[in-house]
Amino acid sequence: MIAEAGLAAIWLAASMALLQFIAGLTLLRDGAGQLVPLIKPAAYMQGALCTFAFFALMWLFYISDLSVLLVANNSHIDKPLIFKLAGTWGNHEGSMLLWVTILSVSGAAIAFLEKRIEVKTLSATLAVQGFLALGFFAFLLFSSNPFERMVPAPIEGAGLNPLLQDVGLAFHPPTLYFGYVGLSIAFSFAVGALLTNQVGPAFARAMRPWVLGAWIFLTIGIAAGSYWAYYELGWGGWWFWDPVENASLMPWLAATALLHSVSVLATRNALRAWTIMLALVAFAMSMAGTFLVRSGILTSVHAFAVDPERGSFILALMLMYTGLAFVIFALRIGTVKQGEPFQLLSREGGIVANNIFLSVILAVILIGTLYPIAAEALGDKISVGPPYFNKATVPIAVLLMLALLVGPLLRWRRDDLGRLKYWLIGAAAILLLSCLAIWKFAPQIGIFPLLGIALSLALAVAAWMPLRGRKLLRTPIPVFGMVIAHFGLAVSVFGMAAESGFSSETLTALAPGESAKVAGWEVKLNDVNPVVGDNWVAVEGEMIAAKNGNEFPLHPQSRQFFKPPMQTSEAALLTRWNGQLYVVIAQPDQEGDGRWQVRLWWKPFVTFIWGGAILIALGGAIALLGRMVRRTKNSAINKWQTE
Amino acid sequence: MNRPWLLWAPLVATACIGGLAIYGLAVPKDEQVHSAMIGQKLPEFALPPATQGVFPLSNKDMGDGSPRLLNIFASWCIPCKAEAPQLEELKAAGVEIDGIAIRDRPEDVAAFLDEFGNPYRRIGSDSEMAVQLKLGSSGVPETYVIGADGTILFQHIGDIRVEHVPMLIEKLKATK
Repeated sequence: MIAEAGLAAIWLAASMALLQFIAGLTLLRDGAGQLVPLIKPAAYMQGALCTFAFFALMWLFYISDLSVLLVANNSHIDKPLIFKLAGTWGNHEGSMLLWVTILSVSGAAIAFLEKRIEVKTLSATLAVQGFLALGFFAFLLFSSNPFERMVPAPIEGAGLNPLLQDVGLAFHPPTLYFGYVGLSIAFSFAVGALLTNQVGPAFARAMRPWVLGAWIFLTIGIAAGSYWAYYELGWGGWWFWDPVENASLMPWLAATALLHSVSVLATRNALRAWTIMLALVAFAMSMAGTFLVRSGILTSVHAFAVDPERGSFILALMLMYTGLAFVIFALRIGTVKQGEPFQLLSREGGIVANNIFLSVILAVILIGTLYPIAAEALGDKISVGPPYFNKATVPIAVLLMLALLVGPLLRWRRDDLGRLKYWLIGAAAILLLSCLAIWKFAPQIGIFPLLGIALSLALAVAAWMPLRGRKLLRTPIPVFGMVIAHFGLAVSVFGMAAESGFSSETLTALAPGESAKVAGWEVKLNDVNPVVGDNWVAVEGEMIAAKNGNEFPLHPQSRQFFKPPMQTSEAALLTRWNGQLYVVIAQPDQEGDGRWQVRLWWKPFVTFIWGGAILIALGGAIALLGRMVRRTKNSAINKWQTE
Repeated sequence: MNRPWLLWAPLVATACIGGLAIYGLAVPKDEQVHSAMIGQKLPEFALPPATQGVFPLSNKDMGDGSPRLLNIFASWCIPCKAEAPQLEELKAAGVEIDGIAIRDRPEDVAAFLDEFGNPYRRIGSDSEMAVQLKLGSSGVPETYVIGADGTILFQHIGDIRVEHVPMLIEKLKATK
């Protein structure tokens, strides 16, 4: 019954989305829009119905109702509760239901909260939102019904992919989805503003929190995915330029650019057309990301999510939405007037530089990701790997970091560098001295790790400069957010550069009692024991890592799951403040001479990569919070004044 | 905007990417990695014998005027066991077969030959997969048709099924 009720709720919600869309169309036709008053209630209903459907599905997973096909395929009665619940979205159908649920709840939230933009623009935005939702409802109902029954019901269920049975990963896809949905809302705002000719600061202020929120979630989602790949795949790397990783990075790059340009639009009423363009591109990239993951068009570590038929459906949706949006863009952008002028050397100019560099990186990654498909179309089979991506993106990232040393310190409209000459000299000195120091300490280091470390040190100082000369108590909260996010970037880049410049690795086969060395650590294999988990068995190495007389136990595992059968390695990580010792043990190879293959890495400052990402997201959260506080305060003042 | 056509560029870009994606979905995917070495001379290598009582294998042992098959196998590989009868059948038809055992141990190779027969003239041991890589092979089993002059003419990926036997004999005949 619950499954059927959930399905009915989705159908009803879809009809609400249709109503929202049609009511919005009447607005276009006669301008009067008699149906417009229906839009808000429809948005509320849609949000409520989807929430109901989502919790219905969660309940089915909670009680392990195996007569529901999706539960039977993705759950197992022996599974720990947290993974039973995570099973709700740890699969295609459930994650699409989560997608539309977040989308409709956000729609309802806009309808309820947004009071800054004109009713006409808000209605158009919600109509676009309804149109978007409609496509995903169609997808859900026609090709991904999460409530489909299975007759007869099986006894125990198939289980969730073991690689995904990991707390970090249980929350990785929904985090990215929150980000994608946030970008879809930015998209709706952009199209709504374009249709009603309201591209200005009010629109930018309405859109900004959604962009900021989406960006925070994307940042966390990417960092979590990267950390998962780092310790679960057991390859010792944290970024592989895998098509699916790229698919999550591209929307983030677009969102980062959008986040900056929307500030210019909100504060200075400039960069109007460009901001609209970025909002469209950011959403297109998030759809492309979903498409790349689901379609299996490119071989990737995310092969578990592949389904070509659904891939086609997502592709069709993506082309329809993006295509229509770009048509509207081409037809309507002429009506958007030129924004306020500014000089090249100004805060706006700095943000334009940020946008250009980010867009170029985005284009480089897009080309690299799609190139294998294009090459195959021309009869050639190649894959594009890290050498291309590193060579093509890192130099641009270096320019981006250089711009970031100065950009946030510039004044709006126009500035002159003479005002900043002491800081410029200081920054150059930090760069030069740290380059020389690193060079002396490690002459064999590559140029990019060297530049990366030097730039991150300079940026770690530069990030705090916008606070100089300000009264801290009177400084707007979003400024602190910006400072922390930029400092987080410095931390993260430092980790990346140190890891890529100074990692050391030892690959060896050890018999119990033998030991191996890496970067001053001596790692001894004492014993290998079998261990048993909820739904897996493993061999576990009993190891001791020693350095300077201190000893630490390590327990790397090689796990064997049964449902479905699969081997995973659980790396043992020993975290010190200045890096991580990363130890992987493999199942014994055919040799059978009592040795175990062991791989050791010392990765200096590798945790800074994710620590920095957390700071970046934290900066975003502070900015978001600051804007919300200010808005509540302003509306309270307005209310008091009108009374 | 003095160049209005530029406004349509994003749409065109989207259409191109879409077209590419549709193509990528429509064309069936070929997951096999074909060797780039086809049509080229065998690379230089010299492998020790894979077990006691068999002859070692180097590139000079092939291309001696008669075409033959080069079979890449391993005792730990299940499809290799499945293709053993077909290799015997080829040998009975007068085909000369050389073998390369990948990441194997001498006693395992010996046990494998005892159980499934030895159709090989020579068997080299490629314990580090170095020669396999040089040949452009990405897995076991694979079988190459080597011309009389030592040119790699054809690559068969996967186990040799009963229906592949006449095809391989045909390929060998065609080289003469």
